[in-house]
Amino acid sequence: MSKRIVAEDVNAFYGSFRAIAGVSLTIEPNTVTALIGPSGCGKSTFLRTINRLHEVIPGARVEGKVMLDSEDLYGAGVDAVAVRRTIGMVFQRPNPFPTMSIYDNVAAGLRLNGIKNSKVLDEAVERSLRGANLWNEVKERLAKPGAGLSGGQQQRLCIARAIAVEPQVLLMDEPCSALDPISTLAIEDLMTDLKQRYTIVIVTHNMQQAARVSDRTGFFSLEATGEPGRLIEIDTTEKIFSNPSEKRTEDYITGRFG
Amino acid sequence: MTASTERPPPDLSGGGLGATRRVGDRVFAALTTGAGVLVLALIVAIGAFLLTKAIPAVQKDSTNFFTTKLWQPDNDPSVFGIAALVFGTLLSSIIALVVAGPIAIGIALYISDYAPRRLATPIGYLVDLLAAVPSVVYGLWGLLFLAPHSDKFQQFLSDHFGFIPLFDLGKNGVVGRSMMIASLVLAIMILPIVAAISREIFLQVPQANREAALALGATKLEMIRLAVLPYSKSGVVGALMLGLGRALGETIAVALVLSLSYSTSFHIIDANVGGNTIAANIASQYQAAEPLGQRALIASGLVLFVITFAVNALARYVVTRSGKRAAAV
Ligand SMILES: Nc1ncnc2c1ncn2[C@@H]1O[C@H](COP(=O)(O)OP(=O)(O)OP(=O)(O)O)[C@@H](O)[C@H]1O
Ligand SMILES: [Mg+2]
Repeated sequence: MSKRIVAEDVNAFYGSFRAIAGVSLTIEPNTVTALIGPSGCGKSTFLRTINRLHEVIPGARVEGKVMLDSEDLYGAGVDAVAVRRTIGMVFQRPNPFPTMSIYDNVAAGLRLNGIKNSKVLDEAVERSLRGANLWNEVKERLAKPGAGLSGGQQQRLCIARAIAVEPQVLLMDEPCSALDPISTLAIEDLMTDLKQRYTIVIVTHNMQQAARVSDRTGFFSLEATGEPGRLIEIDTTEKIFSNPSEKRTEDYITGRFG
Repeated sequence: MTASTERPPPDLSGGGLGATRRVGDRVFAALTTGAGVLVLALIVAIGAFLLTKAIPAVQKDSTNFFTTKLWQPDNDPSVFGIAALVFGTLLSSIIALVVAGPIAIGIALYISDYAPRRLATPIGYLVDLLAAVPSVVYGLWGLLFLAPHSDKFQQFLSDHFGFIPLFDLGKNGVVGRSMMIASLVLAIMILPIVAAISREIFLQVPQANREAALALGATKLEMIRLAVLPYSKSGVVGALMLGLGRALGETIAVALVLSLSYSTSFHIIDANVGGNTIAANIASQYQAAEPLGQRALIASGLVLFVITFAVNALARYVVTRSGKRAAAV
């Protein structure tokens, strides 16, 4: 079941450094939302505030509100661990558990949720690997270490691991930046597929990719280095790429940035 | 040293591009090779020394060197054997490792994953500092503080857990400078070393692995189980083996703390039974020994050499095996 995310005036800090300021936006259920913007403008930081992963960095903290449907993820008494169980994440660099087999990597999240029945696990592993477009390549060697796969396969393994627990939201931080065009296309197809069931937020530097896969696009930027990053505008992808309201967005998209 | 005399003269005849760098390379290679050869030579020299002294002594032994518990090499006939010493060495070291290992790993994990940064650094320094304290200090502390202050605790163990053979005091037993206290001093001694090395290993686990677990909704404990421990297993085994090695060879702390005897008893809280280790026995006997007695002690030293060697080889085997499994492609 997918859910709506509403961020209200989100500020994120690393120690005393404010990395993003005043981000407010709405992410609709069953859509793919792309976040674009120059390097260092806080896209990853914002993404990590959504699943409360930002705060695991020593000294890092978040101000503001992030609502998942009607629940404030930063409200008193909300358990960050429970939040991360409902919001999956795929990182820029593939990070399978290096000592675990392919099977165990995919099953890790389910096992965390207390699922031990091997039939249930078998089914979920196959379903997730099929979902991540990896099943045919690894079905013969599920017991082999996940670290032995190619980079693109490892990234799809990480996607399988994230979707195995059926999260309501899937966050993807430049998931294709280390992949070849074929793997990239496979993952883009996958996103279109997955949005039937999940809310997807993807950070990307690839404009064509944003245009291809996303329904809505948000543009982040920063005034100068040392300044916090801000959300400049967010709108339908069509509007952002054809007729953005802000000059800065247009400059960035047409490559006239900086 | 030996290496510098064998160093080939710098070859400047080439003269062409990069020739000087090749000379530097060759000099350095010769130096490192020399250092490697030196280590080998040292080990062979020590082994040969021990063997040449030990074999004649063991031949003069009127009993079986490996099964005899007594140590009276200077009697006539000469009676000595390493059974009790090896027993005490292994028992005290294994107890020390069993006690210290989990605590050390706990301290290391606290520093790497739980402590706030303000605390982690000073605690880390403290652990390093404790690792550098000489063992005689631990020995004196064990003798003058720990042993007298733990009578009640040992009595308590015997009263309530006496049904476990380890804590059985028997009819004539007394608490005091027992095997348990000596083992605990060893445990405290190896604790900081194991903790310091394990901490370094835990800190090397990539943050990406930790975040992978957290993003799946792992609690901190689950993250450690999923991402930290599997990755650092072989390194921690190495740290434990290093601690064990230090406990096996510890001399002065044991000699100070333990009430020395040649027994092979599992009644570790009975100070009447006491015990001994190879290293402590050498320290306590060597000065007063006649030439044959000294060579007998050297023979026991050879046994310790072999035990330590075996432990290290085992550790290496475990580490490479689990390392291979981790990196298997
Ligand atoms: N762990 C950290 N500690 C301190 N500062 C950080 C940390 N991570 C990021 N920052 C800073 O926060 C700002 C935003 O970083 P962030 O990684 O969110 O940018 P980004 O938009 O994802 O960039 P990129 O496109 O290069 O991935 C940058 O100025 C960065 O230097
Ligand atoms: Mg980023």
